[in-house]
Amino acid sequence: MALKFEIVTPEKLVRSDEAYMVVVPGSEGDFGVLEGHAPFMSTIRDGALTIYKTEGGEPETLAIEGGFAEVSANGLTVLAEKIGE
Amino acid sequence: MASLKELKGRIGSVKSTQKITKAKQMVAAAKLRKAQAAAEAARPYSERLEAVVASLASQVSGDGAPPLLAGNGKNQVHLLLVAAADRGLAGPFNANIVKAAREQARSLLDAGKTVKFMVVGRKARSGLLRLHGDAIVEYYDTTPVKTPGFHEAKEIAARLLAMYEAGDFDVATLVYSKFRSPLVQEPTVQQIIPVAMPETAAVGGDAAVEYEPDEEEILEQLLPRNITIQIFKALLENVAGEQGASMTAMDNATRNAGDLIQKLTIQYNRSRQAAITTELVEIISGAEAL
Repeated sequence: MALKFEIVTPEKLVRSDEAYMVVVPGSEGDFGVLEGHAPFMSTIRDGALTIYKTEGGEPETLAIEGGFAEVSANGLTVLAEKIGE
Repeated sequence: MASLKELKGRIGSVKSTQKITKAKQMVAAAKLRKAQAAAEAARPYSERLEAVVASLASQVSGDGAPPLLAGNGKNQVHLLLVAAADRGLAGPFNANIVKAAREQARSLLDAGKTVKFMVVGRKARSGLLRLHGDAIVEYYDTTPVKTPGFHEAKEIAARLLAMYEAGDFDVATLVYSKFRSPLVQEPTVQQIIPVAMPETAAVGGDAAVEYEPDEEEILEQLLPRNITIQIFKALLENVAGEQGASMTAMDNATRNAGDLIQKLTIQYNRSRQAAITTELVEIISGAEAL
């Protein structure tokens, strides 16, 4: 039971992994994505993307800039212009 | 018949030329690997973006479609965005791109359209300057950076979009070289404004997708980004193609130099032998005369 997610920048595929939940800074507010999320698409504002590897586990944050996120049956795809650690 | 000294000099100069072409070939091979990796790494992003734009475009059609998608209703002024390399020594690489651009320009001019050029890279500019010098409206200089990257693509796209908004052109076409393999580069002409949509795009979009903000707004953000990515992709393919072409050209040059050295060496040995024989004949006939 895990959410598949991919983080892609123009330069490369940054991450292709599984997690329990990913919180994305959408332009109209943060949203968390778990497995089985309804199809959804949003643009992103500059901010922190938080990855929860396991339920209640330590979150990991990535700074992301510009782009958009797409949730489909295959999981979450984040297309960002820039990723900082 | 060239003198021995002359021949020796020529062999020496061809040898040093060969050293240079060999070095350039190896440099190109090393750079090619990097450029190829970069071009491949950029593929997932552009593929996904394309898919998203396609699925969105199929939903936002009709009158509400933004001009970047549907065009501004006119088809008179064409802008050719020609991207080539800054350096030569890459065989016919730059010439092929320029040739494709010229052909495109010719057919558009014949159809009574106005053609403007925006050029990227020194070789694209010098190649178009003579025939279409007046039509070059923008020149983006990539010489200050080592390899053009996303930052450059963004700047080029920004200029392009500013011109589009100002109504300087109606249709933009990108001319660059597609990287097939290190041996094959394909000059490619691709329309980027308005976006040329594949017809089969609208499959698999049955699920009700929620958009935030709404479709139009997302699309408005996505389309400029899509153009940036297309330009970025073109730049990367160009870099890889240039190195590939350069490698091939230099490999040929090195081989030619080798052949030339061989021929010159044979000639050198022959004339040396001839000189020795004449000298011997002279000595013997001199001794006999005594």
